[in-house]
Amino acid sequence: MSKKVKIRGLSRELIALRVANELEDGTYVNLGIGIPTLISDWIEGRDITLQSEVGMLKTGPLAVGEEIDQDLINASCQAVTALPGSSYFDISESFGMIRGGHIDVAVMGALQINDKGDYAGWSNPARGLFVGNIGGSMDLVAGAKKLFIAMEHTTRDGDYKVVKELSYPATAMGMVSMLFTDLAVIEITPKGMVLKEVFSGLTAKDIQSVTEPKLIVSPDLTEIQL
Amino acid sequence: MDKVIASVDEAVADIPDGAVIAVPGFFACGVPRDLLQAIIRKGIKDLTLTCGCGPLLGAADELTKLVKNGQLKKVVDSYGLFRSASKGMEDPFEQAVRAGKIEFEVYPMGTMAEKYRAGGAGIPAFYTPTGVGSVIEESVVTNIEANRVPKETRMIDGKKYVLEYALRPDYALVHAYIGDREGNLQYAKTARNFNHVMATAAKVTIAEVENLVEPGEIDGDDVQTPGIYVHRVVKVGRPQFAITID
Repeated sequence: MSKKVKIRGLSRELIALRVANELEDGTYVNLGIGIPTLISDWIEGRDITLQSEVGMLKTGPLAVGEEIDQDLINASCQAVTALPGSSYFDISESFGMIRGGHIDVAVMGALQINDKGDYAGWSNPARGLFVGNIGGSMDLVAGAKKLFIAMEHTTRDGDYKVVKELSYPATAMGMVSMLFTDLAVIEITPKGMVLKEVFSGLTAKDIQSVTEPKLIVSPDLTEIQL
Repeated sequence: MDKVIASVDEAVADIPDGAVIAVPGFFACGVPRDLLQAIIRKGIKDLTLTCGCGPLLGAADELTKLVKNGQLKKVVDSYGLFRSASKGMEDPFEQAVRAGKIEFEVYPMGTMAEKYRAGGAGIPAFYTPTGVGSVIEESVVTNIEANRVPKETRMIDGKKYVLEYALRPDYALVHAYIGDREGNLQYAKTARNFNHVMATAAKVTIAEVENLVEPGEIDGDDVQTPGIYVHRVVKVGRPQFAITID
């Protein structure tokens, strides 16, 4: 695939902020590894309860200094804190909660996504292994009421990550409802991908140039709402 | 019933070559490191270690010793490789998986959890929505091509589910914060993770405990794993480890 010019957009932290703005108060949310984990920095003080699949509800901010407790981590293996009302439970309870449809929103990273809402995130074929790290991703996509993807819009080399057909092994088919990248906010609808927001200074045409499937441009297209 | 054993080495003394052993822990947290070290010292061979979420990445030194000693036949887990591909290439476990010297079989994490729960609760198999739409619904996912046995799926109320089988390991090595002499266990915070459910699934459960107390000292309301699931209890020190998998 030819090398394309990489367009610079939001930092990973600001992609996380944009997703945080989309989360509604009063919801139970699970954050995957990578950009999604950074969302926790933007929801302090809000009425959003984080579930960690390790077996915790109401996961607090990252622990620093003397707060660090080797028995208290999040699903990304980072030391975290508890909050008033936090609870702990065993892993089958945790995944019963996930599979049983009790999580409102799961936010995951992805390697590829297409306009039908299929996405790939657990295995990069470039690694040359049939096996890979699935973790809790397939349970979360099977059980969460809504699935958001937060990722860079293209690879480091500028190749498509928003593709017509997945060439990487799928995590789930047809489950993604919203895509948040450094360049755009896209809603996945039965008609295809609707471009709703673009990074400041970019046009719909710019986003289309780094997106393989044809985008439907929303009549209410705005800059990314931070 | 006093189940206390004097040392981790005595606690694992009867584990034979070829045993299937459940190893709990979520990355670095809640891993039975002292018991793993006893397994390494004893030199048990042809081991199958069934995990849940990367305890062998959390206990990387122990994993490297097990691989270098040639003790591992197979690992089952949801997350067992380094995230960094370049670090993975230098990892003896990943190298052995690439060479087909160790089998690595993967499942979604919630499916691993339910395999143990079902195993401990007398359910031989279960239908789950997890993995439908991925290779997980097609066959067992393993680096050894000959072992990619096709999986069964079934439509229930218009939705597709995949059949997964229960796990009943020969042994579980678990780590608890407090245990009493009769095997009642209490865990600390997120260190509970796979410990309880593995204790229920294994034919023999060996618990290493940071604090050993007399029966009654853990209030009945606070017992998280009732002693019926635990066959041996051994006192260990507070583990020292870095909270990282990188």
